[in-house]
Amino acid sequence: MTQTTEAPAPGIGGRAGAGAVPAPRATTFAKALNAALADAMEADAAVLMFGEDVGPLGGVFRITDGLTARFGEERCFDTPLAEAGIMGMAVGMAMNGMKPVVEMQFDAFAYPAFEQVVSHVAKMPNRTKGKVRLPIVIRIPYAGGIGGVEHHCDSSEAYYAHTPGLTVLAPATVRDAYFMLREAIASPDPVVFLEPKKLYWSKEEVDLAELRRTFDDGEAPRRIGRAVVARPGTDATLISYGPSVPTALAAAAAAAEEGRSIEVIDLRSIVPFDDETVCASVRRTGRAVVVAEAPGFASVASEIVARVQERCFHSLAAPVLRVTGFDIPYPSPKLEHFYLPSVDRILDAVDDLQWEDRP
Amino acid sequence: MGGAPGGTPSTAAHALLPSVDPVQLVDPDGHASHDERYPLPDGRRLLDAYGRLVAGRRINDQANALVRQGRLAVYPSSHGQEACQVAAAVVLGEEDWLFPTYRDTVAVITRGVDPLEVLTLLRGDWHAGYDPYEHRVATQATPLATQLLHAVGVAHAAKLRGESTVVLAMCGDGATSEGDFHEALNFAAVFHVPVVFFIQNNEFAISVPLKNQTVAPSLAHKAIGYGMPGERVDGNDLAALLAVLGAAVDRARDGGGPSLVEAHTYRMQAHTNADDATRYRSADDVERWVPKDPIVRMRAYLRGLDLLTDEGERILADEADVVAAAIRAGLNTEVDVNPQELFEYVYTEKTSQLREQAALLREELERDADAAAAGTGGSMEGDQR
Ligand SMILES: Cc1ncc(C[n+]2csc(CCOP(=O)(O)OP(=O)(O)O)c2C)c(N)n1
Repeated sequence: MTQTTEAPAPGIGGRAGAGAVPAPRATTFAKALNAALADAMEADAAVLMFGEDVGPLGGVFRITDGLTARFGEERCFDTPLAEAGIMGMAVGMAMNGMKPVVEMQFDAFAYPAFEQVVSHVAKMPNRTKGKVRLPIVIRIPYAGGIGGVEHHCDSSEAYYAHTPGLTVLAPATVRDAYFMLREAIASPDPVVFLEPKKLYWSKEEVDLAELRRTFDDGEAPRRIGRAVVARPGTDATLISYGPSVPTALAAAAAAAEEGRSIEVIDLRSIVPFDDETVCASVRRTGRAVVVAEAPGFASVASEIVARVQERCFHSLAAPVLRVTGFDIPYPSPKLEHFYLPSVDRILDAVDDLQWEDRP
Repeated sequence: MGGAPGGTPSTAAHALLPSVDPVQLVDPDGHASHDERYPLPDGRRLLDAYGRLVAGRRINDQANALVRQGRLAVYPSSHGQEACQVAAAVVLGEEDWLFPTYRDTVAVITRGVDPLEVLTLLRGDWHAGYDPYEHRVATQATPLATQLLHAVGVAHAAKLRGESTVVLAMCGDGATSEGDFHEALNFAAVFHVPVVFFIQNNEFAISVPLKNQTVAPSLAHKAIGYGMPGERVDGNDLAALLAVLGAAVDRARDGGGPSLVEAHTYRMQAHTNADDATRYRSADDVERWVPKDPIVRMRAYLRGLDLLTDEGERILADEADVVAAAIRAGLNTEVDVNPQELFEYVYTEKTSQLREQAALLREELERDADAAAAGTGGSMEGDQR
């Protein structure tokens, strides 16, 4: 299950100059999502993109940049400003043969669509015994860390993860952004696709044309329901997803300097949850900390702790701990760094994992 | 222009307004009147629809009886509203879609769905009892007004593919207060899609009368705010309903975009069997609607023209009996539910979590079966871990 080859490529240097094969270029997370949308629309005429400001503007984060110009306003279009309308219309379009990808402008503005999501998107396939499939992707720019004002930074994954019938994904790397969005669009089930806003401008050296070839040839390993070891280690496991993965990786790097080998799991897929990869890691290391940005109470982090205790109890040398946001509404920009899980807070939690060999 | 806004906000306002009085073509005594805009449907068409009206009444009465016998968990009757039910179904062509509410059982059956499958939802067997694609009828569900947006989506997809599908979406008067109602009308108008919104104003949302929902001159007047025409029609006049809804469907099919039709009718029975209608309306109120009954009225009209004879009436009554008997017989058999199916359709492919839970339930059931075979009377309730 370990796919360390999928980890971010190392920095530039030593690469041969321009030859027949173009060198991978620094590509942002946002650009990878844009390419995934364009490639999916190119590959399948049933794929449509709509929402607020996604047309000529290209979305407030430019994820849909150029799609209207390239595919026409029937394939990528602006709707009236009404999230339930966007969501409900997507249900009908999916019922009638389309594969709608909708953009909710920000996490907290998806709430007007919540009834459509939980009552219909999530339930329609089940209540019709699979007769009606809803291959809808709900893209949500999500979570904080960008100095945004309130209502632009919510971590809403628990609401969706608590609703059976929804697949809930949160990529953390540029490659995953591309592959997971393509996989989400190809899925016959509805997918809530959470895009960590603070990672939109993160970069990796990837060749988008190569990613497209890999996906179209069916060679990209499946990501829905599959976690990945983002950094191998032996002493403890950090379990994370989406915006918190880079923080967890930074904490693991810092711990290495102190002589601790920390493994980092990037879940990628919150629902379905990859018990296998998570438990295999925790059984190996015997210690675990869950890192997530959402308030901790009744959260996805809580669920992961419970699952790990239930399944790995006999392998555990210490209780499974959590480093999460506080149980407060998302704070204002000047205060958000007090709220967000930090490297220090993660290292403190790791220190609390009852190490016998050290004080 | 497909995804592009195609509405015509410059349309003259008066052209969108409903008629001052609801359109009526046959009065309660069965006398026809002339209307410039809406020709009276021909006799054959009316006779055929009348037969479905009689069957619809019989289905309502039969379902109510089955609730009393405990064979149906609940039944929201459309007794008194059957003309709306029948008209909504018969104005559509095979390629069209119907989006009903929980109350619109008779419309769904009239469209051709097997009555037993339709009643599955209310029987407590499985949530939606029929395949929506078979007759192009969306499933009935209870969250109010949400289906109106699905209807817009189906119409939009059909339009993008160049199909001539029209979608007729139903709702009640109470549902017009929901946000989804307004978003659906606005989306339909902005995208200029072929949807006919059909409100059955039966004066009540459970116990709440229309005056608590709106102070608009009528529900049909709401259309103008979205830039589409609205029309009011006598909801107990089968002929007027066929004419008005038929015109709206034709208009949508010809690229004229969405419209809103409000039928004024009355809910003659309680909201469901769980409702006590005497708490919010008097028997006199209900009595006032008895002479307006849609069946009595159409019968008088058709008999007046000698289109309906004693013999014809007997045939229709017999046909309705056959439908009712089939419903009775079907619902008198025990439902065969399979608990393992609980996990089958949540995702296209079962997650490992659902595989585990399905295995857990299977073990419990096997233990129960073993205990029952051994006569030790084991029960799942006694085994909660
Ligand atoms: C969103 C939502 N809120 C509340 C209810 C509970 N409810 C069920 S039927 C009903 C009244 C609906 O009235 P109306 O739309 O006039 O339809 P009618 O029952 O008269 O056909 C209510 C409040 C519901 N089903 N959905």
